[in-house]
Amino acid sequence: MKLAEAYRLRLRRKRLVWRAYGRRRQLQPVQVRTAQIQPKAILLIATMRNERIRLPYFLRYYRDLGVDHFLIVENGSDDGTREYLAEQGDVSLWSTQASYKSARYGADWTGWLAWKYGHGHWCLTVDPDEFLVYPFCETRSLRALTDWLEDSGARALPAMILDMYPKGTIHAAAYGEGEDPFQAAHWFDSGNYMISRNPQYQNLWIQGGVRARTMFADEPQNAPALNKIPLVKWERGFAYLSSTHMLLPRGLNRVYDDWGGEKVSGCLLHAKFLDTLAAKADEEMQRHEHHANSREYLAYQQSVQNALWCKWSERYVNWRQLEILGLMSKGNWA
Amino acid sequence: MTVGFVLLCHQSLGRAAQVAAHLAERDCPVVVHVDTRVSAADRGAFAEKLKGLANVRVISRQACEWGTWSIVQATLDAAGVMLRDFPGVGHVFLASGSCLPLRPVQALRDYLGQRPDTDFIESVTTEDVGWTVGGLDIERFTLRFPVSWRKHRRLFDTYVRLQRRVGFRRRIPQAITPHLGSQWWCLTRDTLAAILEADDRPEIDRYFRRVWIPDESYFQTLARRYARRIESRSLTLSKFDVHGRPHLFYDDHLQLLRRSDCFVARKIWPGAGALYTAFLSDDPGQGAHGEPNPGKIDRLFAKATERRVKGRTGLYMQSRFPRPDRVNARTAAPYAVLQGLDVLFADFEGWLSRLTGSRVHGRLFGAERAAFAGGEQVFNGGLSDSPILRDYNPQAFLANLIWNTRGERQIFQFAPQDNLAILPFVATDPQAYMAVVSGAWAIPLAMQAVRPDADFVALRREAALLQRQETEALDLLSQPTSKARLRHWSLVEFLERAQDHLQLVVDEISPGTARRLTDMPQMVDLTPLPQFLQALRNEGMQPVLAGDLGDLEALIQGGEKRGRLRVAK
Repeated sequence: MKLAEAYRLRLRRKRLVWRAYGRRRQLQPVQVRTAQIQPKAILLIATMRNERIRLPYFLRYYRDLGVDHFLIVENGSDDGTREYLAEQGDVSLWSTQASYKSARYGADWTGWLAWKYGHGHWCLTVDPDEFLVYPFCETRSLRALTDWLEDSGARALPAMILDMYPKGTIHAAAYGEGEDPFQAAHWFDSGNYMISRNPQYQNLWIQGGVRARTMFADEPQNAPALNKIPLVKWERGFAYLSSTHMLLPRGLNRVYDDWGGEKVSGCLLHAKFLDTLAAKADEEMQRHEHHANSREYLAYQQSVQNALWCKWSERYVNWRQLEILGLMSKGNWA
Repeated sequence: MTVGFVLLCHQSLGRAAQVAAHLAERDCPVVVHVDTRVSAADRGAFAEKLKGLANVRVISRQACEWGTWSIVQATLDAAGVMLRDFPGVGHVFLASGSCLPLRPVQALRDYLGQRPDTDFIESVTTEDVGWTVGGLDIERFTLRFPVSWRKHRRLFDTYVRLQRRVGFRRRIPQAITPHLGSQWWCLTRDTLAAILEADDRPEIDRYFRRVWIPDESYFQTLARRYARRIESRSLTLSKFDVHGRPHLFYDDHLQLLRRSDCFVARKIWPGAGALYTAFLSDDPGQGAHGEPNPGKIDRLFAKATERRVKGRTGLYMQSRFPRPDRVNARTAAPYAVLQGLDVLFADFEGWLSRLTGSRVHGRLFGAERAAFAGGEQVFNGGLSDSPILRDYNPQAFLANLIWNTRGERQIFQFAPQDNLAILPFVATDPQAYMAVVSGAWAIPLAMQAVRPDADFVALRREAALLQRQETEALDLLSQPTSKARLRHWSLVEFLERAQDHLQLVVDEISPGTARRLTDMPQMVDLTPLPQFLQALRNEGMQPVLAGDLGDLEALIQGGEKRGRLRVAK
């Protein structure tokens, strides 16, 4: 029985890998600089659409952390995203007009890039509105982290999504190009996360935070999953199952300790709730290219007017604060 | 006399070259052993960097596999070169390519100059050693270890077990007494020469070739044979994590390392540029130097180990999600669950909160909403009062509440009509204190029953349901596996000595106050209760949880007469 289950998952994984392989022709190379990639380079892989305004800060943030090369799929942008990315010396860019939804919300495309270029590299797969923080991130580079993970025999780092929001309405949180989005939106919910274990894939399923509190209080089963495993020492044959929430082979999902100890973890600060969301929500509702008929965007559209902030909201300071609050952990990294 | 350094290198050769050059330029001879598995190009580049320095030797003879003899052999080879080529060396310091000297070389030279006969090597008998990973201490010397522990752990363990079972033992040579200790030492020329030039060295070496992790026992054992004076400690600051891997030092450890006053630290992350810049200078910017004092660093790493092994009690998060049977406490701090008192006394929550200064919630698991103290809609950490959200994962709700309010005792009310799904969690949590006055749920029903528009059939149904639920709850709480402290009275038992029982509850909730209750809360009017219970009985139900009906009646009437029970009218 166990064997059958293992074999079924193996087939599933193979299918995902082949699926990604099959979609490779959807990607038109725009500017491929992958020859620059050094043997130990840390890669960032992302899919995006119309994110021009976010890009300068996004690229700077991850360059400062120590990302060596960006592998980006641009999906039908018309706001200059493609042109801007093509100019960047450390970005390899592909473009596609194909459906985001039918490419498993971009996972097939990023899966292909990881297959082709990621083997043996630490690969960070994030969205353009996700900003990784990890223990000691202001003094230690991503390389320090990945070296340490590798020494400890860890193959992946979990980093749950932490939704950041402004105090007033989203409309009032104006975001300008090149700015730190967490100047405008620096509040978060610190202690209302619900975790359960997914026996099939052995990952933790985390829901909660501000979205469950304000948008999904009546239907928590539909609240978005917040668990992510964005940083992985990639090998050919690995596959993300849904977004970066979980992986196959499922051993990669065992990034938590179930004997009471703490393993190392980070957080993905989520810069979604800014004035840029309103327009995005309208557009995405038209496109129906998102998960569960864009249910999330429907909720955003409705909640754009309401304040997310409450008196128990926590103001973001730094990673140490998140560590003390118990949202992430240093594990035995000291 | 000066001190010579033997450096064992297998990676980040750039940093190793930097350290070697720093030492050599300050008149310390250096012999570097580079692992043969390092590519010829890298070895060439390494040698190139040190070319101009007359007091540096680079050799490359062994492929150093962790835990094997090759490391000892490499050390012996390099030490041999050191003794042969540099007669001015009084002490030999063994370090690795990822070590970093923390104090000026002159300080080390002075320190050793004052102790010319002392060997600094951690050397502990196998009985006294407490740090061996995997429990192998004396067995390191008496079993055989033909397979790699790192690559084939299961096979390794099986073979060890097999040898134990058949009682296999290797003979330990007469001449030695096994000692263990840190791999990194600083030995006098005499001791090292005695070890290298011993007549029986071929025999000793042959024996140690098959000892498990000989780099932690070869010199540690043999130094005991020849040394005049052993200081059983390492001059190298080196800490290991729970998995037996050395902790790394980074730029943000700069101040800690400075204040440690240790001579050499291991292991430095090769990218820690600020550390290399700061310590590879002639003025590492420190004042007076005493004995090495790594206490602060010890504590830092001890805390890291504790976090990795035990974690923070009661925390559930993305990288700590303990199974219920693998931890003791399921929540972060003690809390109290009170059942029945809130219906027995008017404004019980307000009274208790004033008395104890704790946070007293209403019925957190009530059907309408989570009744947070003060009627708040959102509580600490962003917990919502939505019953749907709460009931989606009640355990997470409670664990979050207790975690979010660490440092402040939480108390909440419970009733048999609330979400019982939380009880298995509470019952198995030693942090929980639960006080139950059973049968108290009948009090509000009795009050409803005396109203002219009362629907007795509905009340009867409700009463039956609540009695069933309360019985179920009490059964669950008094299971043998239950870890919560349960205090259970029937309503009659409680009323017999209400003040004393209430005192018990208060003492439990705010230990240390130790005050007598002078201001009792107001009890609600209980007069309709006996009649209501009798009516239930007449309708064929058997209300058992409140206690004996006759006693109840007597208590309520007698209590009124004697004025012992103050009743709110």
